[in-house]
Amino acid sequence: MIRFDAVTKRYPDGTVAVDELDLEAASGRITVLVGPSGCGKTTSLRMVNRMIEPTSGTIWLDDQDTATLPTHELRRKIGYVIQHAGLFPHRTIVDNVATVPFLLGTDKKQARRTAMELLERVGLPEHFAKRYPAQLSGGQQQRVGVARALAADPPVMLMDEPFSAVDPVVREQLQDEFLRLQQELGKTIVFVTHDIDEAIKLGDQVAVLRVGGRLAQLATPAELLSRPVDAFVAAFVGRDRGYRALGFADAGTLSTRDEPTVVLGAPIPTGTDGDSWLLAVDGAGAPQGWLDLGADFRGHDTVTDELLYRGGTLATQGSTLRAALDACLSSPSGRGVVIDEGGALIGTTTSREILDLIEAHEPERQT
Amino acid sequence: MIGDVFTWLTDWSHWTDTRFDTGIITQLLAHIRFCAMALAIAMVIALPLGLFIGHTNRGRWLVGAANALRALPTVGVLVLLTVIISPQFQGRTDTGFLIPTVIVLVLLAVPPILANTFAGVQNVDPGVRDAASGMGMTGPQVLFRVELPISLPLIFSGVRSAALQLIATATVASYLPLGGLGRFIYDGLAQQDYPQMIGGGVLVAALALLTDLVLSTVQRYVVSRGITGRYSTKQVGAPDPRLAVVTEAEGARA
Amino acid sequence: MIALADGASSSPLHFVEYFLDHRSEDLGLLWSHTWLSVVPVIVGLLIALPLGWVARRHRWTYPPIMSITGVLYTIPSIALFVLVPPLLGLDTLDPLQVPIALTVYSVALLVRVVADGLASVPEETTQAATAMGFRPLERFFKVELPIAVPVIAAGLRVAVVSNVSIVAVAGTIGLSNLGQLFTQGFQLSTPDAYYPPIVLGIVLCVLLAVVLDSAVVLLNRVLTPWRRAVRT
Ligand SMILES: Nc1ncnc2c1ncn2[C@@H]1O[C@H](COP(=O)(O)OP(=O)(O)O)[C@@H](O)[C@H]1O
Ligand SMILES: [Mg+2]
Repeated sequence: MIRFDAVTKRYPDGTVAVDELDLEAASGRITVLVGPSGCGKTTSLRMVNRMIEPTSGTIWLDDQDTATLPTHELRRKIGYVIQHAGLFPHRTIVDNVATVPFLLGTDKKQARRTAMELLERVGLPEHFAKRYPAQLSGGQQQRVGVARALAADPPVMLMDEPFSAVDPVVREQLQDEFLRLQQELGKTIVFVTHDIDEAIKLGDQVAVLRVGGRLAQLATPAELLSRPVDAFVAAFVGRDRGYRALGFADAGTLSTRDEPTVVLGAPIPTGTDGDSWLLAVDGAGAPQGWLDLGADFRGHDTVTDELLYRGGTLATQGSTLRAALDACLSSPSGRGVVIDEGGALIGTTTSREILDLIEAHEPERQT
Repeated sequence: MIGDVFTWLTDWSHWTDTRFDTGIITQLLAHIRFCAMALAIAMVIALPLGLFIGHTNRGRWLVGAANALRALPTVGVLVLLTVIISPQFQGRTDTGFLIPTVIVLVLLAVPPILANTFAGVQNVDPGVRDAASGMGMTGPQVLFRVELPISLPLIFSGVRSAALQLIATATVASYLPLGGLGRFIYDGLAQQDYPQMIGGGVLVAALALLTDLVLSTVQRYVVSRGITGRYSTKQVGAPDPRLAVVTEAEGARA
Repeated sequence: MIALADGASSSPLHFVEYFLDHRSEDLGLLWSHTWLSVVPVIVGLLIALPLGWVARRHRWTYPPIMSITGVLYTIPSIALFVLVPPLLGLDTLDPLQVPIALTVYSVALLVRVVADGLASVPEETTQAATAMGFRPLERFFKVELPIAVPVIAAGLRVAVVSNVSIVAVAGTIGLSNLGQLFTQGFQLSTPDAYYPPIVLGIVLCVLLAVVLDSAVVLLNRVLTPWRRAVRT
C-alpha cells in the first residue's frame, strides 16, 4: 500500500505541482493517475521513490514513512518504468534487466538466469538477450523496461506513461500483456498516463488530477464513467460515457436462439424464406461471416471466404454488455453472434434483448 | 627531393646516437616522453573535473574558462614561460626547458579533454540517468556505471584530439634547446639540410598517425558495442564518433 | 637585433611602449598574421562546401572523404609546413607553403563540419523543398545551406581561432608574422629576461583570435535572423 498524506510539492520557482494530495494506492492493485498535461502526475509519482522530495506531507509505503529510508535503498525496493524505457545503451538486454540484482550483489549467473526468465515473461524471445537496446524497436525496449523493473521482484511498481511512445497497435498489445502479467504477479502499481482510455482499461482505481495538482476524483473506472463528480472530470472522461460504461457491466449468461448456418465449402443454398442473411461457419463451428442470399452468385457454386460479409463483431458468452450490444449493432442481420470460450457458435441474440438487460442493469445511474 | 628525404630516413646512422648527433630513436623516445607525461597530467586533472562538472552541473564556468585558453598562442606561452622559468635552473640539465614545455603541453591538453568529458556526461539521455537513479543507484554508481561508459566515445575523442595537439606542440618544444623530433626540423632549417628537415616532418606525421591509430584501436575495445553501433562484423560505415564533437570540442592546435 | 632593446624597460608591462617604438614593423607582422589566419579559412570553406555536399548527397563517398580529411587533420601543423613544398614541387621556404598547409587544414576540418551541418537540416524540410519544385542545386543554396549556417559557423570559429595559434608556429621557422615577436623576445632574453615583445605577441594573438571569433559570431547572427526571432 502506498499512501499520500497531505502531500504538497512546490518547485523552487514557485510552481505548485501537487497540492495537498491525499491518495491511497491499494496493495496488489493498479492505481492510475490521469489528467491533462502538467497537472502534476509525474511529480506525484516521482515523490514516491523520492526522485523528487515533497515540500510537505508524508508518503507511506505500507507502514513506513518513505522519508526515513536512504533513497537508494527505497528505490531498490520499487520498480520504476519510464516513457522511453531509459535502457542503458552500453549494456546488453539481459544485463539491463539484471541491473538491480547486480546492485544488490546477487550472484551474476543467478541474476542473469532470472533476467532470462523475465524476458520470456514479458514476451521477448531468448535471442534478444545478447542484443543492445539500439537494436530493439520502441515496443520491445518498453518490454525490457518492464522486465528490468521487475527484476528484483519489488512489491511496488511506478510507471510513468510507459506505453505512450509506441504506436496504437503495439500499445494495445503491451496493455493486454501488462494486465495478464499483473494477474500473475499482483504488484502494487501506480501508473501515470494522460490517456483516459488507457486509464479506464488498466486501472483498478483511477485518480483524476486537475491542473495545479489537486485530486478531482478517485473512483473505479465504471464509477468514473457513470458518475463524474464535476464538469471537469466529465469533460476529461469524454464522450460516449454511457456506452463505454457498458464495458464494465457484466452481461451475465445471454439467452440465445439457435441460428441456421452453412458450412464453408458447402453448395450455396437457394430459395430464401424472407430473411436474406445466413451465418457461415467453418468445420469447427466457429462463425466466419454472413452470407447475403439475395446477392448475385454468378461464377460461384459453393460458399467461399470472399462471398462473406465480415463486418460483425462477436460476443463471447459471459462478456460485457458493451461487447454484446456491439455484436448486435455491427451485425448486418441485426442478430448478434454469441460464441463460447473456444470460439464455437452458441447462438444469436438481438439488440432489443440486450437493451432490456441494460434497462435492468440501471441501478448505478439511478442512485 | 623526395628521394633525398627517403635516403635520409633510411640511413641507419641517423637512427642511432653518434658522438656528435643524437639519433632518431633517442629523439623519438624523448618526444613520446614529453607527450605521455603531459597527457597523463592533463588526464589526471581534466577527467575527474569533467566528470564532476558534468555529473553535478556545478562549475560549468571552468569549462568555458578552459576553452578560452585555446585563444593563447602556444609558442608565445612557451617562450614566455621559458624566459621566466629557465633562469631558475642554471647548470647543464634540461629542467629549465622541460618544465615550461610540460606546462604548456598540459595547458594545451586540458581543454579538449575537459570539454569533451563534460559534454559526454551532459549528453547522456536524461531518461537513462533518471532510470539509473530511479532503480536505486547512488550518485557515484550512476556516474561510473552509466554516465562514464556512455560518455566514453566523447572522452576518447577529447583524448585523441589532445594527444595529436601534444605531438604537434612537442615538436615546437625543440625550438627551445630541447630534444624531440622537432630537433630535426629546426636543425635542418638552421643547417639548410632540407632532407633532414622534411624527414623530421615525416617522422612527426607518422608518430601522430600511429598514435591516433593506437588510441582508436583502444577505443574500439573499450567502448561498448551498444554505443558504437558495431553490433555485427557485417556492419560497415559506423559513424566516426569524433564526428559529433568536431565543432564543439575540437581545439586549437599548434 | 640587440638594438631593439636599447633603452627600453624589460618589464612585462612595457609591451605598449615596445609596440609604439616598433609600430610600423609590428603592424606589418599583425597584418600578415591576420591575412594568414583568415584567407586559408575562406579558401578552405570554398573547397569544403562542394566536398561536404558530395559527402552528404552520395552516401558512399562519406567514409572515404572523412578518412582522408581525418588523416590530414591528424598531421601536425609544423610537419605539414615542411612537407607541403616537396609534395607540391615548390621551393623549400616558398611563401605559399604556409597558406597552402593552413588551407589543407581548414578543408580537413570544414568538410566534416559542412557535412554535419547539412545533416542537421531536418529531412522533412529538404523533402518539402523538393516537393515545392526546388532543383538540387537551388535547394542547396536556398534551403539547406542557410539552415546549416549555425553548425558551419561553429566550425569556422574553431578554424580561425586555431589558425591564429598555428600561424605563430610558422613564425618559428622564419615566416614573418607575430610569431617572430616570440623569436625576438627569446633571443633578446639572454642573459636577462626581456619580456615586452613576448607579451606583446601574446596580447596581439589573443586580440586577433577574439576579434576573428567575434566576427564569425556576428556573421552567423546576420545570416540567421530567424534564430534571433525565437530567442526569448
Ligand atoms: N523541475 C521543475 N521546476 C519547476 N516546475 C516544474 C518542474 N517540474 C515540473 N514542473 C511543473 O510542475 C507542473 C507539473 O509537472 P508534471 O508533474 O511533470 O506534470 P505531468 O506529468 O502531469 O504532465 C507543471 O506545471 C510543470 O511545468
Ligand atoms: Mg509527465
